[in-house]
Amino acid sequence: MSSVELLPALLVAVPILMATVPIVLGLRFDRTGWSVTAITTAGVFAATAYLAADVYATGPVVHVLGGWDEPQGIGIELVADEFSALIALLVAATTAGLLAYTRAGGPRGNTFYAGYLLLTGGLLGLTMTGDVFNMFVFLEIVGLGTYAMISSGDGPESAVAALKYLILGTVGASLYLIGVGFLFMATGALNMVVLGDLVPELMAAEGEPTLLRAAFAFMFVGFALKVAQWPLHTWQPDAYQHAPDGVTPLIAALVSTVSAYALGRVMFTVFGPEFLTATPYLTEIVVTVGAVSVVAGSTLAVVQLDVKRMLAYSSVSQFGLVVAAYGLVTETALLGAIVHLIGHGMMKAGLFVAVGIVALGYGARTVDQYAGLADERPVTAAGMAVLLIALVGIPPSIGFIGKWYIAVGAVQAESWLVAGVIFLSTMLTLAYAARLLEKMYFTPASTLESPHAPEAVATDGGDVDADEAPAVAGDGGLLRESARRGSPGAVSFGMLAVLVTVTVTAVVLGFAGGAFGDLLEPFVSEVFN
Amino acid sequence: MIELLASRYAYALMFVLLGVGLYMMIANENLVKKLIGVNLFQTAIFLFFVAVAYVEGGSAPIVPADPNPGELAMASPLPHVIVLTAIVVGIALTAVGLALIVRIYAEYGTLREDTLREVRADE
Repeated sequence: MSSVELLPALLVAVPILMATVPIVLGLRFDRTGWSVTAITTAGVFAATAYLAADVYATGPVVHVLGGWDEPQGIGIELVADEFSALIALLVAATTAGLLAYTRAGGPRGNTFYAGYLLLTGGLLGLTMTGDVFNMFVFLEIVGLGTYAMISSGDGPESAVAALKYLILGTVGASLYLIGVGFLFMATGALNMVVLGDLVPELMAAEGEPTLLRAAFAFMFVGFALKVAQWPLHTWQPDAYQHAPDGVTPLIAALVSTVSAYALGRVMFTVFGPEFLTATPYLTEIVVTVGAVSVVAGSTLAVVQLDVKRMLAYSSVSQFGLVVAAYGLVTETALLGAIVHLIGHGMMKAGLFVAVGIVALGYGARTVDQYAGLADERPVTAAGMAVLLIALVGIPPSIGFIGKWYIAVGAVQAESWLVAGVIFLSTMLTLAYAARLLEKMYFTPASTLESPHAPEAVATDGGDVDADEAPAVAGDGGLLRESARRGSPGAVSFGMLAVLVTVTVTAVVLGFAGGAFGDLLEPFVSEVFN
Repeated sequence: MIELLASRYAYALMFVLLGVGLYMMIANENLVKKLIGVNLFQTAIFLFFVAVAYVEGGSAPIVPADPNPGELAMASPLPHVIVLTAIVVGIALTAVGLALIVRIYAEYGTLREDTLREVRADE
């Protein structure tokens, strides 16, 4: 076994093992969590980059766990192919980069970083697993890490949001598990590649494979919950809004993204295009769920007052686009879905980092409070503006490439519904992006001086604005009033560096449309061979 | 229909349990009972897997030490292993859920969701 083949297993095992280190060291030292996490995630990022380079140079890397090389398709494999390597890179880069924010922005504490590493390991495992049941286990590990991360906020609201997500997330994963059960009944295998071969055989033998259809239905509903598709999205805005500012970028960029990746993996590697297109109403339902999510998500985003909540609803709509693209079952649309997954993850990470910076340094959380931001915090406002424009899909940006491929795929598939929805979603995205841009650049800051009713209540309540507590605690006994206005000193260079890096990358990758096509070509053409 | 129920009662029972769990999760206002509903929901799935593994006339999947055991009829061990793993995952989830409920109770002083909604609306 060459050293590269060991990497997939190490990438999963090392973060999970290292998750215990901050707790153990915490018995003696106070603040070791950040350093341990920084070293681990940097190592993981380097290893992932090396693995990805190898995958794109020589093809997929497969690690058979425990050397259990059984041909029946029940040994667990970790697979890094063209699709999973790209997602793994996004996971590794985001977890490593976000540490620059949490260093000064919090949340702090050794247990937080233990959860952070657990989540990293779970996400990488979910990305690379080649076994449908193992995927369930990693879904739950990611879930556990996410619930812990969300509830690490100081306010009591975060615990309520985390519990809501826990109950709904568990139902989603359990529905997926029922699907795995039906799939196992039908085929007797759990390995994805083996399943991918068995499914067409079963279809040829049976004609109407009821078990397979039931399996797909349960899996799809389970993932729709995890990916937050309308009308199963209700956990997501609460979770994003009440999670600490340092955690929201991580969750928004990765958790739903990797779940959406898992859905794509199950749809295309396990069931395959043949099953998807041969089953009556299947693609129609998938496309409709995605399309309705796009419209409902963007519409709800337009009416939100809180910026974090607005961006959370925007995620519902962007993932709707990805799911609709899956439902088109064409090469171009699948390529677009993958690119949009990566692009959306990056842009949302950047946007939520910007939201965190603004909350920390400016004390603004609602759209109205963003008035005059461009004058006081030009770098943050500029980064946010570029990312918002990229999210709308204006070239050159990665947001444009994803939408472009999906749109071309929709036209190729002659699915005018999706083509129309993409156009509509761009308009609606522009509606909420423009609202924020207008406030930041064209509304004078003086409006902010007049006290806003909700904010005043929150300040008097004492507990509700606990999200801002890190800023207050960090500077030791600031007055309430100045806490509302934020403390520019709390914004570190690292935070701005992350924001600028993400922004520049999102724009530069806008020129890399062809490169994405070349990188993913082997995977996409293998699916549709 | 009756015949189907008589031969497949394990599956029918599983979906009834699933429904009970789901109903508890949705309709019960008490957070702890909601979590019990989640547990019931998961347990139904475990029973489903155990039922899948059953082989008529089969024994427990323990291969005797005899080097040449001959023809053996036994239940499939793989779903059992899956259930074992899923139980562990379920316990971890319950633990996290209960920890969150303890915290909610400490902050709001209630376990009922309707009261919680009122308390949060007042703030």
